[in-house]
Amino acid sequence: MNIGNLALKIESLNIESHLIETLSTVSDPEIPVLTVLDLGVIREAVEREGVIYIKLSPTYSGCPAMDVLSDDLKKAFSEIGKEVDIELVLSPAWSTDWISEEGLQKMEAYGIARPLSELHDKEVLLGAKRMVKCPQCGSTNTQLVSQFGSTACKALFKCEDCKEPFDYFKCLK
Amino acid sequence: MTNLYNYILTIADNALILAQRLGELCGHGPSLETDIALTNISLDLLGQTRSYYQYAAKIAGNNKTEDDIAFLRIEREYNNCLLVEQPNTHFGYSIGRQFLFDVYHYMLLDALQHSTDETLVAIAKKSIKEVSYHKRFSSDWVKRLGDGTQESNEKMQEAIDYLWRYTDELFYMTEAEKAMSEEGVGIDVSAFKEKYYQEVTELLQEATLTVPENNYFTKGGKEGVHTEHMGYLLADLQYMQRTYPNMNW
Repeated sequence: MNIGNLALKIESLNIESHLIETLSTVSDPEIPVLTVLDLGVIREAVEREGVIYIKLSPTYSGCPAMDVLSDDLKKAFSEIGKEVDIELVLSPAWSTDWISEEGLQKMEAYGIARPLSELHDKEVLLGAKRMVKCPQCGSTNTQLVSQFGSTACKALFKCEDCKEPFDYFKCLK
Repeated sequence: MTNLYNYILTIADNALILAQRLGELCGHGPSLETDIALTNISLDLLGQTRSYYQYAAKIAGNNKTEDDIAFLRIEREYNNCLLVEQPNTHFGYSIGRQFLFDVYHYMLLDALQHSTDETLVAIAKKSIKEVSYHKRFSSDWVKRLGDGTQESNEKMQEAIDYLWRYTDELFYMTEAEKAMSEEGVGIDVSAFKEKYYQEVTELLQEATLTVPENNYFTKGGKEGVHTEHMGYLLADLQYMQRTYPNMNW
């Protein structure tokens, strides 16, 4: 992992450095290339008297991945003999801005287009503009198929050039 | 129970009951994309419901849980408005109900972000991001159906004409709402009534639909007096917990 954007984001949060290794083994069940650190859902991770206290910020209110993530975090730390206490924090609300640059690159390599800015996001989701970059061929000649995709956080697009369908990660701010 | 508890339920029950209605369409939507969209919206609303109920359960104490609140009340104890319990008669009704609720829901959450209650502010800030997507989806469909074929226009108009009578209740204030609004915790929903009808009217006109002119409105849901559809909905919703109390998935 190259340091830079992710390291910077972690530094600004209260995540104790000795916990990072274990935290980076836990991935999003829906987008397995993204770790919880890439996603930016871990807002705090501190160890106090042998117990690890984690503050987790859900991506979407009803996202079923959050329950799985909590279980996976507990499992990962129990393997190194640590107990975990997870608190869900709603405020401040999670934003796609919290996804690290490395995370966005991994997401694209995995076949999911990265979120555009808020304004452009609205335009593409209303079908007014074609700007989302196809993760397969790189063309921006892409069209909205459905505002909601396989999960709440994604919309479904198709590429008019390579004809492949793909997911677009919606901007959430 | 406290006014705050009742106030939370007044907001949260709308989300639960609408989530249940939308959930009925899982696997039954008119197309794959709309099926996925409506159930995604359902999931967002269910997630919001959980945040509210967890907070309400904490206030209630006595080891009450979010599940008790969701599953173990009788019909008269649910405070959702009549609009959200209306059935999925056809796709036009599902979209019309969603649109009429989303415009209201967005305005409510927008105001709730300025509540003096920290937890409600946090839930509102989280939810409004999701609801802006819901509103965009339902508005888009109202326009597409209204300004579509003659048949889609007629069906969309039929749904709006039918559902219109339930819109006034959105702005009716219960005792809990009045009390909480005075304390700065709750929202005076009557304050944005005019803005609501203005926004709805503009979109209906854009969709080449006629804005209903009837002045007959009906209410009761927020006081626990529901339409005949509610009992059937609850029978579905509560079946497992009533049949196998305390069962776990």
